[in-house]
Amino acid sequence: MSGSWSGWLAYAASFGVMALIQGVACLGLNLQWGQTGLFNVGVAGFVSVGAYASALLTTAAVEGRLGGCGLPLVVGLIAAMVTAGLLSAAVGAVTLRLRSDYLAIATFGIAVVVDLVARNLTWLTGGPLGISFIPRPFALLADRPLAYAAASFALVALITFAAYTLLERLVASPWGRVLRAIREDERAAASLGKSAAAYRLQAFVLGGALMGLAGALQAHTIGFISPENFAASVTFQVWAMLVVGGTGNNRGVLLGALLVSALWSVTGLAIAAGFPPEQQARAAALRIVLIGLLLSLTILWRPRGLMGERTAVSRHLDADD
Amino acid sequence: MNLQFLMDGLVVGATLALGATGVTLTYANLRFANFAHGEFLSWGAYLTMTLAGLVGGLSGAPLAAQDPFSIGMGLLACALLAAALTGVLALLIDVALFRRLRQRGTAVTAVMASFGVSMALRALLEALYSTSPRYFSEELQIALPLGAGMRATPDQLGVCAVTVLLAAGVALLLARTAVGRQMRAVAENPSLAQVVGIDVAGVIRTTWLLGGALAAVSGVALGLLVQVRPSMGAELLLPLFAAAIVGGIGSVPGAVVGGLVVGIAEAATVRFIGAEWRAAVSFVLLIGVLLLRPTGLFGRRA
Repeated sequence: MSGSWSGWLAYAASFGVMALIQGVACLGLNLQWGQTGLFNVGVAGFVSVGAYASALLTTAAVEGRLGGCGLPLVVGLIAAMVTAGLLSAAVGAVTLRLRSDYLAIATFGIAVVVDLVARNLTWLTGGPLGISFIPRPFALLADRPLAYAAASFALVALITFAAYTLLERLVASPWGRVLRAIREDERAAASLGKSAAAYRLQAFVLGGALMGLAGALQAHTIGFISPENFAASVTFQVWAMLVVGGTGNNRGVLLGALLVSALWSVTGLAIAAGFPPEQQARAAALRIVLIGLLLSLTILWRPRGLMGERTAVSRHLDADD
Repeated sequence: MNLQFLMDGLVVGATLALGATGVTLTYANLRFANFAHGEFLSWGAYLTMTLAGLVGGLSGAPLAAQDPFSIGMGLLACALLAAALTGVLALLIDVALFRRLRQRGTAVTAVMASFGVSMALRALLEALYSTSPRYFSEELQIALPLGAGMRATPDQLGVCAVTVLLAAGVALLLARTAVGRQMRAVAENPSLAQVVGIDVAGVIRTTWLLGGALAAVSGVALGLLVQVRPSMGAELLLPLFAAAIVGGIGSVPGAVVGGLVVGIAEAATVRFIGAEWRAAVSFVLLIGVLLLRPTGLFGRRA
């Protein structure tokens, strides 16, 4: 009896790890879209860059592949954020001054190019086979599933909480206020001397860095990455989390991450149990249709998501609502 | 130097051109980048294939091919019907989703919604038809010599001819007919168009029907020359956007020229750099245009 309980607990903890990791990427997206109004349709690309950057620096050396520096985990996580942030800065510098959906198209393109590089630059990324033996922080506990899952969960929860706290502070700060001002009325913000382009770029880069961090966390949790891990459906799931949870609300983002991940896992289990093996690939496609419907219906019927953005009004005004 | 890559590029460009025409029209008239447009190509190809299967099953014989092409009038008729159905599909999605977002004044979320629609439409094809590739015809075609060391199959030349005819037709429609003038007016300024009594909702309906139908033709062409897969349209989305932006949003000749530019650049990359980098070409062109001339070749300043 106790064996099955610890099995379920370990499952719950590793579910929580994956949900929170996507939640970190979603926090980044919320800064970009929720606070600043910047479309990013290439979330998977930024997550991927972070995962590869950290994997290259922290794995042991491998014949025929660059990297393999064997550096500590912390260096990998920081490098993931820096690399994804630099990529965001490059994309942002080109497209942020243009009309808003050009950014969407350009980020979509970046995800395509990142995927191509991951598949084809075998000397750097390991090609289609990806990179394996990425160090996992609690590998010593590997033969005790519950302890391993609990330790991983504690670490990821700590990092998520740190990212959440940082973002909440930023959002409440004058910097966050300027972001919302630009989102609502760029001209008014500009008339107060705020450079919309600079603030947008800062938000875009910080959001991209968080996506890179999420990628690195994923790499170090699973211990293995390949181009398949960063398909367009990752972008889609992160967006679904944001929209369902509540655009503009960081707590909503984390709630959305848990709910969408739960829906994903439950439907995955149902498909594994309810369909014969040869039908499972086709049944799995229905999961994406389901999430797509959920996304569309939320946009239509509950555009603020489960927890919408809290209206921030000056305390010197009477907020009647 | 072997110029075959130019011919290959022209053929790819021709399949892109009609899809890009649809992108450019919906972008100009509805003012958002529709990420589900690629899926209209795939749906057009699968609908054509399903209709052809139905007709073949009912008449007891597969549709005959018309020499020298690998398909015949029967399949073309199915493709026409499928193009109409794809236009209706685009219209239905607009009624169910995009129109409501427009009415609410939150058109910005339409880009996101279209991304969700694209994933759902593609996954639905995978669930219905599985991911294994299908073909309109198993026939192997002999490429005809065209001079200067270039060769093309009859199917490829047929696709180029259909593209030229349809693109010219759409350009004439926009330039000479009342509907076309109304479409240009809405693209220019929707509120002003409404004030002078243009039925903006009607123009938007026409735009979806036309864009969906053109995408379906593009998808059938691609399916004929390459293969039919659920992800075929999604993989073309970036080239389609690149073609529309290189040509200039709103310009039909621009979309055709943009399609050809993307097609030839892709073929040149395959020839001189390596086939594995083909998908990056559109991105490089896109960034180049956005840096140097964001309005594109034929676009007007926004």
